[in-house]
Amino acid sequence: MKLLRDISLIFSRQMQLLLRNPVWIAVGLFQPVMYLLLFAPLLKPALGVRTNAEAYEIFVPGLLVLLAIFGGLFQGFGLIAELRAGVIERSRVTPVSRLALLLGRSLRDTVSLIAQAVIITILALAFDLRVFIGNLLLAYLMLALISLMTSAVSYGVALAVKSEDALAPLMNTVAQPVLLLSGILLPLTYAPGWLQGIANWNPFSWAVDGTRALFRGDLGAPDVWQGLLIMALLAVLAVAWAARLFARSVR
Amino acid sequence: MIETRGLRKSFTSRQGREKKVVEAVRGVDLDVAEGEIFGFLGPNGAGKTTTLRMLATLIEPDGGTATIAGADLLSDPGEVRRRIGYVAQGGSTWDESTAREELVLQARLYGVSKADARARAVRVLEGFQLSEYADRKCKTYSGGQRRRVDIALGIIHEPKVVFLDEPTTGLDPQSRAHMWDEVRRLRDEGMTVFITTHYLDEADALCDRISIMDNGIVVASGSPAELKRDISGDIVRVSTPTVASAAEVLGSSSFVTKIETQDDGVRLYVEDGAAAIPLILRALDAASVELGTIELHRPSLDDVFLTKTGRSLRES
Ligand SMILES: Nc1ncnc2c1ncn2[C@@H]1O[C@H](COP(=O)(O)OP(=O)(O)OP(=O)(O)O)[C@@H](O)[C@H]1O
Ligand SMILES: [Mg+2]
Repeated sequence: MKLLRDISLIFSRQMQLLLRNPVWIAVGLFQPVMYLLLFAPLLKPALGVRTNAEAYEIFVPGLLVLLAIFGGLFQGFGLIAELRAGVIERSRVTPVSRLALLLGRSLRDTVSLIAQAVIITILALAFDLRVFIGNLLLAYLMLALISLMTSAVSYGVALAVKSEDALAPLMNTVAQPVLLLSGILLPLTYAPGWLQGIANWNPFSWAVDGTRALFRGDLGAPDVWQGLLIMALLAVLAVAWAARLFARSVR
Repeated sequence: MIETRGLRKSFTSRQGREKKVVEAVRGVDLDVAEGEIFGFLGPNGAGKTTTLRMLATLIEPDGGTATIAGADLLSDPGEVRRRIGYVAQGGSTWDESTAREELVLQARLYGVSKADARARAVRVLEGFQLSEYADRKCKTYSGGQRRRVDIALGIIHEPKVVFLDEPTTGLDPQSRAHMWDEVRRLRDEGMTVFITTHYLDEADALCDRISIMDNGIVVASGSPAELKRDISGDIVRVSTPTVASAAEVLGSSSFVTKIETQDDGVRLYVEDGAAAIPLILRALDAASVELGTIELHRPSLDDVFLTKTGRSLRES
């Protein structure tokens, strides 16, 4: 009970600060909308599909996973600013749960990601995308797990390195291969065999495949439960690791 | 209220490829009584903050034991956290939040209900004369206002002990005097206040008892009056262009208990300064030693520091 109370305290403070910053919200929406409007029209020929609806079925899930990964990985910067201001140290002297210090923040990231995802989905509906609500909710669950994991990883790394200068290149180095090898922007169907072999070891490519299956309406595809399971496991591991760093001493 | 024995902490820092070990705290024993203002006086790098961070459960000691407000630091840090408040040297407010928001959240993190937290915030804001700015973002505050918010955050849950790490550094004389009043008020409300400072006058005027720290160890403890009394007698400083001959004449005088030579004069430790001055003048005159100025002063905490470490706190 104390844990839930602590999480909600940290979450509501973080949410309040986020909503107070309209610039951040505008940027958070502007980027994905640009992708949707400017990048998607190139896709129809590239993917070899006949209709907009088909193109969006492939592209939108990829875009959402991309946002979840990147949105999460760069949350650590905010934490470093809080470390510097002494806010984290002040929290650590109180009896607040260390897990709540992490989860309160990660949940804010997850909620803001889902809000972005909803807006993008609605826009895509205007472009003839059709998806069952049940499948859509499962896809959002997948996104939430991804974002929980990547933001926890980012917070953990931020606590470990304690400086923006180290965090930025680290996160970029992680994000790039993950992005290229997950078939996020384009499916890996046409990739050579060796590339697909490597991609099979990229957990995010399972997540993307699962999300695409859900948008296709193929709930029974093994990709779906496999993707969800892998993401859930990784999220638990990431959260446990980062929470331990919150408990350990940080300057 | 606070008892520590042999508290130790060293840091390993890397400079390029070399590893350097800094022994920040090398065995600290402290006894702080309930309801007193206890001062921790020492120059930069003495290990004050490191000691405080250990007592506040932020870093683990390498060795030693401590009991704070009846809770054991090593075996029950959670209970220690519930009983103490801690105000860091570098501050702890978030630019985009207001003082009221910070205070309400802080109280709630200690398990206080929402309504009670709001009421406490109002009371504390009032007490620290912050009501006027309570709903402005912290980034708009002056240094002194911000420092008061820090301290308000440290005591909103009414802890038994509060640790204040250099609460007055960077404040102008007037704000410092105000801060002293706030600290005294906390003590009068029954809190034990543990404060660090490198200002001699602050330790002297504000603290009931102090420990002087240098280089990771406590070199002297007691009330400021006791510590000064330990340097028995008074100090007379004589400036002269001929230091060597003055030292020779005065060093052999029976009323001088100790003599230190300096670049431009000598320092004499005497039983009774007022009685010694005519004797000094006569002795110097008899030996025809040229005299610059002569001044008498009661021992200060700086003299305590000087006798214990051989350095002056002002110079370091
Ligand atoms: N995290 C750390 N890593 C390496 N060295 C450290 C660390 N923290 C403190 N030190 C070193 O330990 C020594 C004591 O530092 P501390 O901050 O306790 O001094 P202080 O008495 O509070 O000084 P000041 O009056 O400047 O605040 C210093 O030499 C400092 O450089
Ligand atoms: Mg310090």
